[in-house]
This record gives sequence, C-alpha cells and structure tokens, in this order.
Amino acid sequence: LNRLLATAHLKGPHVDFAALSPLIALLGGAIVVLLVGLLSSRWVREQLVPALAFGGLAAALGLTIWRWSTPESVLSGALRIDRLSLTVNLILAAAGIAAVLLAWRSRAAKEAAHGELYAMLLTAIGGMALLAAAQNTVAVFLGLELLSIPLYVLCATEMRNEHSLESGLKYLIIGSVGSATLLYGLALVYGATGSTDFASISNAISSGGLQSNAMLLTGIALCVAGLAFKASVAPFHQWTPDVYEGAPTPITAFMAAATKVAALGVLLRLFDVAFIDAQASWGPALATLATITILVGNVGALAQSSLKRMLAYSSVAQAGYMLAGVVVSTRLGAQAMVFYLAVYVAMNMAAFAVIVARERETDLGDNVRALAGLGRQRPWLAWPMTISMLALAGIPATAGFVGKFYLIDAAVSGGYTWLGVMIVIGSMISLGYYLPVIATMWMSSAPEDSQARSASIPPASGPLAPTVPAIAGGSPELDEELTFGSLHQPEIAFVAVIAATTTIFFGIVPQPLFNLVHGVGSALGLL
Amino acid sequence: MPPLSILIWLPALCGLLGALLPTGSRAGHADSQTATASQQDATGAPPSGRKWSLPGVLALGGTVAALGLAIAYIVQYGPGSHGLKDVTDVVWIAELGIHYKLAISGLNVLLVGLTALLFFAAVLAANLRLTPQPSPSGRAPSDRPRLFYFHFMLAESAVLGAFLAQDLALFVAFFDLMLIPFYFLIGMWGTTTSPAHPEGPDRVKATIKLVVYTLVGSLLMLAAAIATGVLAAEQNGGHITFVLSQLQGLPLSKGSQEWIFLFFAAAFLVKMPAFPLHGWMPDAYRAMPIEVLMVFSGVLSKVGAYGFLAIVLPLFPQAAAHFQVLMLLIALVSILYGSAVAFTRTDARLIAGYSSVAQLGFITLGIFALNPQGAQGALLQMVNHGLVVAPIFFIIALLAQRTGGSQDIREMGGIAFRAPLLATIFLVVALATLAMPGSANFVGEFLILLGVFKAKLAIAIVAFTGVAMASVYALRLFIRAMHNRVGAGVKSRDITPADTIVLVPLLAVIVFLALYPQGALKRSESSAEASVAAAHAALRPATASVASSIPGIRFEEEAQAHTTATQAGTSGEVGAQQSSAGASR
Repeated sequence: LNRLLATAHLKGPHVDFAALSPLIALLGGAIVVLLVGLLSSRWVREQLVPALAFGGLAAALGLTIWRWSTPESVLSGALRIDRLSLTVNLILAAAGIAAVLLAWRSRAAKEAAHGELYAMLLTAIGGMALLAAAQNTVAVFLGLELLSIPLYVLCATEMRNEHSLESGLKYLIIGSVGSATLLYGLALVYGATGSTDFASISNAISSGGLQSNAMLLTGIALCVAGLAFKASVAPFHQWTPDVYEGAPTPITAFMAAATKVAALGVLLRLFDVAFIDAQASWGPALATLATITILVGNVGALAQSSLKRMLAYSSVAQAGYMLAGVVVSTRLGAQAMVFYLAVYVAMNMAAFAVIVARERETDLGDNVRALAGLGRQRPWLAWPMTISMLALAGIPATAGFVGKFYLIDAAVSGGYTWLGVMIVIGSMISLGYYLPVIATMWMSSAPEDSQARSASIPPASGPLAPTVPAIAGGSPELDEELTFGSLHQPEIAFVAVIAATTTIFFGIVPQPLFNLVHGVGSALGLL
Repeated sequence: MPPLSILIWLPALCGLLGALLPTGSRAGHADSQTATASQQDATGAPPSGRKWSLPGVLALGGTVAALGLAIAYIVQYGPGSHGLKDVTDVVWIAELGIHYKLAISGLNVLLVGLTALLFFAAVLAANLRLTPQPSPSGRAPSDRPRLFYFHFMLAESAVLGAFLAQDLALFVAFFDLMLIPFYFLIGMWGTTTSPAHPEGPDRVKATIKLVVYTLVGSLLMLAAAIATGVLAAEQNGGHITFVLSQLQGLPLSKGSQEWIFLFFAAAFLVKMPAFPLHGWMPDAYRAMPIEVLMVFSGVLSKVGAYGFLAIVLPLFPQAAAHFQVLMLLIALVSILYGSAVAFTRTDARLIAGYSSVAQLGFITLGIFALNPQGAQGALLQMVNHGLVVAPIFFIIALLAQRTGGSQDIREMGGIAFRAPLLATIFLVVALATLAMPGSANFVGEFLILLGVFKAKLAIAIVAFTGVAMASVYALRLFIRAMHNRVGAGVKSRDITPADTIVLVPLLAVIVFLALYPQGALKRSESSAEASVAAAHAALRPATASVASSIPGIRFEEEAQAHTTATQAGTSGEVGAQQSSAGASR
C-alpha cells in the first residue's frame, strides 16, 4: 500500500506554460498545420496551410518578445529561457517565416502534400528552439533529434527529383553518425562527471579537478565532432555541398540559416557553460578546427559553378568564423557570435531567395549563369544578391562588415590574434568567389537560349525537368505545371529585398542589434 | 560652417536621387527583350547627341556643391592653422568604441579640395560626353546613366569620408567602401577586348584583379586596426576606442607596432601602387573609362599616401623609424622601376600609369624621410600629382579620338600645328609633370629631396636621377604625341570648347599653385610637423625631446627661403637641379 501511495504522490515537474509558450506555439502549430493539410480542398492546402504555418511562426515571434524579461529556468532546470535562447528564437522565427514564404509556391510543397512540409518545418524549428534553451545533455539530444529528423525528410521532399532523394538519404546517414557520436560523447561526459546538468558538469569539472581527465576529454572531443557534423565544421562538412545542392532550395535556405543558428547556439551553451573550466584543453583544439574550417570552406567555394554548392562551402567558412566566438569563451565572443548569426541569416536568405526566383524563371537551375544579365533585367533581384555577396565578403556599409569586425575584435581580445588574422585571410580568399557572382549579374548579358526558354514554354529537357517519371508518388498533372518563367511571385522578391535591407540597415545603424545581443554574454554567466 | 557630413554625403545623396528618379526613357527594366539589349538599346539618353540626362545634371550639381564646400573649408583653414577643425564626433558603435568622427586638418584639407575638384571635372566630362570610348566594346556613361552616376557619386562620398575620418575604424570602413563603386564602374563601363583590339584588357578580369589586390591589403589593415584598438585598450583599462587622437595617447609596444605597421603598409602600398604590389595597375588603368581613370589615378592613390601620414606615422612611430630604410628602398625602386618602364611602353595610358608609380615613389620617399620637409613635400606633391595626372589621362583620351581609337604613341604624332590649344595645354601639364622649376611640382620634389637628403644621403643621391628620368618620359610622351611625323590615322583637330571647359579648372589650379605654393604649404605646415614628430623623435631616441622641437623651428625659415627662391629661380640649388633636368633633355 505504501508503495502505491508513493506512486500516487509522484508528480511531474512544475510546468511554466507561459515561459514555454513560444515552443508550444511552434509544436502546436505543427500539429494544426498537419491536420488541416489533410483536407482535400486545394485552396486550403495551397493557401491556408502556409498561412497557418506563417501564423504559428508569427505567434512564436510575438510570444518570444512577450517573454523578453528576466531569465527563468523551466521544467526543473532542463531548459532555461534567457536572452540567448530568446535571441535565437527571434532569429529562428525570422528564418522560418522567410522559408515559409519561399516554400509557398514551390515544387517541393506540391509534391510533399503541403501540410506535411510545413508541419516538419515547424517541428524542426521547435527542435532548434529546444536546443538553444537546453540546460542538460538530455535536452540537447532531444532537441537535436527533433530538428534533425524532420530535416532529413525535408531534404527529400522533391520526391520526383533524384538529387533531392539522394540528398535526403545522404543527410540521414551522415546526420545519424553525427547524432550517434554526440550521444556517445555525452554519455562519456556523464560517466566522467556523474551529471547531465550543465551547471553540475561545470561544478564537477572545476571542483573535481577533471580538466585533464581522459574520459571527460574524450567525451568533449566526441561532442565537438557530433556538433561539428550539424554545424558543418570541417573536417565534418563533406555532406554539406551535396545535401545543399540536392535539397529543394527553400529547404536549403532554411537549413543553411536555421540549422547553423541552432548548432552554434548549443555549442555556445555546451562549451561556454558546461565545459568552461576545461577551456585550456579544448580551446586550442577548437581554434585549430575553426582555422581548418575557414580554409576548407573558402577554398572549396572557389571553383563552384553551382550557386548552392558555392553557398554551402561559404556557409562552412562562415561557421569557421563564428566558431571563433565560441573559442575565446568570453562575453564578447558570445555576443559577437550571436550578432554574426543574426547577420548571417539575413545575408543568406537574400541570396537563397534570389536563387529560388531564378530557378523558377530559367531552366538553368542554380547555375551561376542563371544570374547573367540580372542587373538589367531584374534589378529587384540583382540588388539583394549584390548586397548579400558584398555582406558575406565583409564589405563596409553592410552588416557583414560590422559582424566580422566584432568577431575579430572578440578573437583579438580573447588572446587569439592569429585566429582574427585567419578570419581576415579567409575573407580574402572569399573575394575570389563572391565577386564573380556580382560580375555575372552586372557585367555580362543574359544568354539568349535561357531567355527564349524562360518565356513560359515548357522545356523539352533540362536539369530540373522530371526525366525520371515518378520515382515515388506524384501524378501526371504535376508535370504540366512544371513550367518556367513569367512567374509572378512577389513574395520571393519581398524576402530578398527585406533581407537585403536588413543587411544594409544593420551595417549602418548596428546599435539595435548590439542591444539585442547585449544580454547574451551575461545570460551565459561569462566574464 | 556646415557640418562635414554634408560635404561627405551630399554627393552620394545626389547620386541616389538620380538613380531613384523615374525617367521617361527608362529601358532595360525587367524587359524580356533580347539579350543584345545591352548593346543597342542604350538605356536612358541616346548614345549620340549631347542631351543632358537628369541623373548627370544632379550629379554635376552634387559635385559643384561639394567643390564649393571644399573651397570654403580651404579658405577657413587658413595659413598657419593647426589641429582639427569642424569636428563632428558622434558615437557610432558604443560596444566597439567606434566614433563617427570627422574633422578638417592640415593633412586632409588640400586633398579634400583635390577630390572635389577632380570629381567635378570628371562628372563634367561624363556629362558633356565628349569622350566616346576608344574601343567600340566599351560603354559610355550614357549607357545606363542612373547607375553610372550613382556609383560615381558614391565613390566621391567614400573617398571624402576616408580623407576626413578621424577614427581608425571609420577610416578602414571608408577605405574599403570606396573600392566597391569602382568595381562596378570599371566592370560595367570599362573598355574590353574586342576584335579591333585583341590585346586589350578584359574589363571584368581587370576589375576583379583590382578589387582582390586592394581588398587583400585592406583586410590586412582591418585586422591590424582592430588589433591596434584592442591592444591600446589594454593600457586604457579595457576601454576600447578607435579615435585617432585617443589612440595616439596610448602607444603600443614596439613588437606590436612592427607587425601592425607592415599590415597597414601593405594596404597603402597596394593602393598607391608601389613597385612590388602594382600588378593590378596596367590592366585596370587600360580598362577604366576615362572619367573613372581621372579620379582613380588622381585621388585614390593619394588615400594610401595620406594613410601613411595621418595614421601610420602618428600611431606607430617606432615601427616607422624601424622600417624607414625598407620603405625608402621600396620608394626608390618604385621611382626607378616606374620611370624605366614608362620609357619603354608605347601605350600612352601605361606611360602615364607607370609614371604615376614613379611619382608616388617620390611621395613615399618624402613621407619616410620622417622629417617635416619631407612630409610637407609629400603632401604638396600628392596634390600636384593629382592635378597633373588627371589632365594627362584626359588628353590621352582626346588624342585617342584623333587617332581613331588607338592609344599607342606610335600611331600618334604631328597634331601640334593643327591643334595649338591642345598642344599648349598638354605642354603645361607635361612640364608640370617633370617638375619644371617654377611649377609647384618642383617645390614638392625639392622639399622631398631636401628631406631625404637630411635623412639618408645615399638614397637621396639615387633619387635625384628619378627627377631626370621624369623629364625623359614626360617629354617623350609629349613629343611623340604632338610633334614628329603625322600618324597614319591621325585626324588633327583642335580641342573642342567643351573639352576645354573640363581642363580649365585643373589648369587654373596648377598655375595658381605654381605661383603661390605657400598657399598650400602654410596650411599643411603644422599638421605635417605633428604627423612626423613622433616618428622623427623615434629615430634618435637619445635626443628625442630636442629633435622633435628644433627641426620645426628651423623648417619654417627654410620653407620660406626656398619657395621664394623657386620663383626667382636664382638659388644655387635650383640652378643645379635645373641643369640636371636640362642635361637629360
């Protein structure tokens, strides 16, 4: 009887629904979207479902701003809603809204029964938000899987495109390896410190003198490797170009922006909170990793003719820059990294939006030739792309310059001057691939063949044409809709212009963004 | 006086306004016409005819206003002024200690005037559209004028900002920013390879080369600038700042100064360009549209030299003293190499381009003499060089019109009789280039050599040969273009009134400075002294305090003595120099 009474008294932890409300909006939104997507009405599926997904993200955004006050721990310390997680939520919601707009009239959404695509998108964002708020290793792993599994599927949502399927499969296999590595690493850390909680791990390391404990260091190394897979840090980046290229472009845009935010956010929590006292051991190793990443990413991007592959390598390089903010483990470093993350999302969204637009208008896919003559033809697409490329290269008057300035400042202040110089060298190499893109848009005229074809004639063949009939699912009617050109899709240009304007605005008036990230370092309890 | 922000941003505003104005004949907008639209369907105004385009007029208004303001600042910063004037100081990024601080000083007041003047002349030239591209594959500014003037005006704003910035980070930002408009200007309106000129440069490749070269330097400078701020903050109780005047009070250790100096030097030497780092210059100079070339060669190269005086010498004096010989040797090699190559080229633009390398070598020489004479001479020579090189390139473009598009001096010649006015203007400019006694260039070079003479005798002696060589290449260019046999395809005709209008303001300033160089020298005097004082002191650590004060006093007398001597042309030194120049002729 006593035993029975004991179980009756067992209570779950106190749940602070208000603090969790952004997460609830995301995951609840996912369920609503999934269910509404089951209705057969075409209008509901093609218009209402994206609108609901949009609404879910907007709600998450609003609730995040509503909770913008004192930090609080929820679910008995499993999560911590503080300035870091809230800032990351903001960035994620913005990226998600952009992704929904880009996916709205995409092929991927049609092929993957609208509801499912948006539901998975929202679930992935929920996982990311969870990850950024995680306060113990279990939550980290939960969040990571919650974001990864929908992404594997999202990559393969263009079901009649071999490359998309290949991309999904590749991501699934490599992502699973990453997850397994991380899990093993977390298990070893638990073995060494006897705790899953970040604060307790940190205590155990400092009080137990575990700084050079072999089991702990092995665990940390495996955690680095596991998260490096997610953040595409070299040498764990090989999947990135293939997956980015194959995945539907709206999904690639989302992955490039949001996954990086989440992965680097959790890296910040794990290393600058839990493992902070072993910094002497992992700092130099992580700095070396950052250097390799910067070099590999920038050199890899040099000779790419596919814009998505180029941006994939460029995202590898940018991850390397941002890693510098983690390495120094100072308040300045954390703020610089989060600042750059926000900027990075804006810069990348502008570029990907333009690629999405050109993929639908020409039959050249994401080849850089699709941009030829864009400056004359479509200034509303050419300017955002130009600004995005200049910002990624770190030119003044764009937020990319301020962000890079902040990162180098953090690196030098943290005693890693050479890492600051590496960022600069990386930027030099990057000019070799960002500038030619601008040259293609403004300094060459459009190729005639693509012009002729973009006049809304269904193409006989081409990289995007479904030469393989119906690998999985699909219907013949879909083929008829696959035409190029003369698409009136203002939402794509809207995303591009908004992202580019943001980039320029924060390049000239960076103070609001500085204020936004100001609390991040103190949230982590860094000096 | 109105705040300096107005001077800086007014041109960009005019450019932006011009770009946003809806014009009636706006073509090429989202048109799904044929791809050859870029060739035939010249956007905006028709390619021929002298119709004024609204963006062009707006741009011209912007440059006129900027020029007026610049003149007002020059007048206000009268002879004998010192320190910073018209300071604008606003916190830009509080977290990083970056201020939006602008000010007029003796170092930049004349260069701001030069910038405003050259941009005015170039925009005037572009507006009058008097210079069709020598190569048919190039585009005139009349093709897509709104974009052309937008980039051009943005460039003026960025250059003015770089000169006026009194915050290290702000300077770096402007320094990098000014390159971007030029990237578009060269890449979109430059001349390029065509069937008629198969050996010509590829404008897109040339512009990417230019930008990569200069941005590599700038990015090194970015890292060095941030390191300067952070390292200085360590002495300042962790309070980071990038304001130049505050950084000067927080000197770095000699070890840090040295690597930071090298990073800055890389950026500035590429920009000038100096000998081993000039690889971008030949292609870029040949690819540039003439209006762009005028301001690029006249003004942008000076930003590098200005950076040495305004930033490197005051902030890293010990490193400047440490690397003095290295920098002097780079300058010397630039002089000799630039002159030697200028003898041998037949492309007129390249002759002028390589002569610029030599002239900027002189300027570097003056700066790294690390004494007030050298610095003043360098500053005066920067203005002089800008004033002569822009007209030379413009005249070369005029000559190319008369040879049917060729810029090769072998195809020129024999124009002087039929075009006396053009020949006269060219002669004035050519004589100023070779630093004829009586010209302001002579005063500049004289001061530079005087400074180097006091600093490093051996280098000064070798540098003297550079003066002689300047007369060789300048006169060779003049004689081959103007005299000799009439070239095969040459159609001699004199300069048109419209072309003359472009050149007149430049010539007027050349003549004015020749008659009254004190006007420039007196304004820059105290700032130039202050700029080199620390580095000069670092040269002789033992007598530092004495050495920094005495040369300044001595210098005033010398400057007056020799400038009057210049005009009289009777001094022994002047005579010696004249004979050396005369002998080589």
